[in-house]
Amino acid sequence: MSQHMILAGPAAETTRLVIFWVLAILAVAAATGMILARKAVHCAMMLAVVMLSLSVLYLMLGAPFLAFVQIIVYTGAVLMLFLFVLMIVGISAADSIIETIRGQRLWAAIGGIALLVLLVLVIGHAAIGPAPASGAKFGDNNVNALAALIFTKYVFPFELTSALLITAALGAMVLAHRERTGPKPTQRELAERRVASGRPAPLPGPGTYAQHNAVDMPALLPDGTQSSLSVSPVLTGPPPDTGDYPQGLPAESSESIPASSAQSGSATQEAGEQW
Amino acid sequence: MVSPAHFIALSVILFVIGTVGVLVRRNAIVVFMSVELMLNAANLAFVTFARMHNALDGQVIAFFVMVVAAAEVVVGLAILTSIFRARRSASVDDANLMKY
Repeated sequence: MSQHMILAGPAAETTRLVIFWVLAILAVAAATGMILARKAVHCAMMLAVVMLSLSVLYLMLGAPFLAFVQIIVYTGAVLMLFLFVLMIVGISAADSIIETIRGQRLWAAIGGIALLVLLVLVIGHAAIGPAPASGAKFGDNNVNALAALIFTKYVFPFELTSALLITAALGAMVLAHRERTGPKPTQRELAERRVASGRPAPLPGPGTYAQHNAVDMPALLPDGTQSSLSVSPVLTGPPPDTGDYPQGLPAESSESIPASSAQSGSATQEAGEQW
Repeated sequence: MVSPAHFIALSVILFVIGTVGVLVRRNAIVVFMSVELMLNAANLAFVTFARMHNALDGQVIAFFVMVVAAAEVVVGLAILTSIFRARRSASVDDANLMKY
């Protein structure tokens, strides 16, 4: 398949070279951005870029089956699982800049460079020649050849992976299961709790009665002021870095930075606003 | 001419970046992502070796690595959510109950 996607001949080599360098630079830049980005969601997006680049590289290497498995399983399933857990754990959980272990970054950088030097030295000694001419099993016949190999030579490890997947699914269910410690509140108790909380109605929706309906635009109150309660605390930005970790929900922090201050005129962003 | 050495070099660089990410980051989810990056780099090396030796075994191994990585992510993230539920934090520094 990969041989068919890129034409043969000397021009094809140039094309392959250009594709490789573009994807390699993209992948390395995205991976570097992944370990530097402070917000975990940005890290997940960077990882998606790396995985998609790798899937195209798999195509170049004559592995079309793995290329599509990479897109479907990694980018589609694993990364979506990451994003789901990020939403549960709190999208605002950005890393603190302050080091808790002294010299951690320095020693991590030194260790990384040492590992790079070690790997380059070891692999530089190995003679990596040009790839031999590939047969049909790296092209159109890739899936059939892989299936023949998996179901003959590797059939026992393949069966073991199914056991592993079942165990993993069961383990995830057991670990994520939460036992209810108290009795389930009845509808009457929920209603009484809501009335006693002083806010019987739900929070105002963002921007519904203002000029915009974007979720980051605060709703306007009848007297013309903006209701900061209408905007999700996640969107208003993290509280100023105080050194300890954000605790998931920064709702109680009064000095949130409004995300849309350019348009909304953030003069009326006061704490303890009632409606 | 794109030789297998190019792909191996890219795999090495991605693996080192993943290692540094595991060492530096303290958000457990990002640490997991760095581990995934290292697994992807290893997969790239496997696929390159398969092409170099004109045998599909490397691709089969990469396939198994993907399956095991998926299982690992499922269990790891379940552990993470239960830790977050107990400690209200996703930082690896805060899960220190078993520290000496």
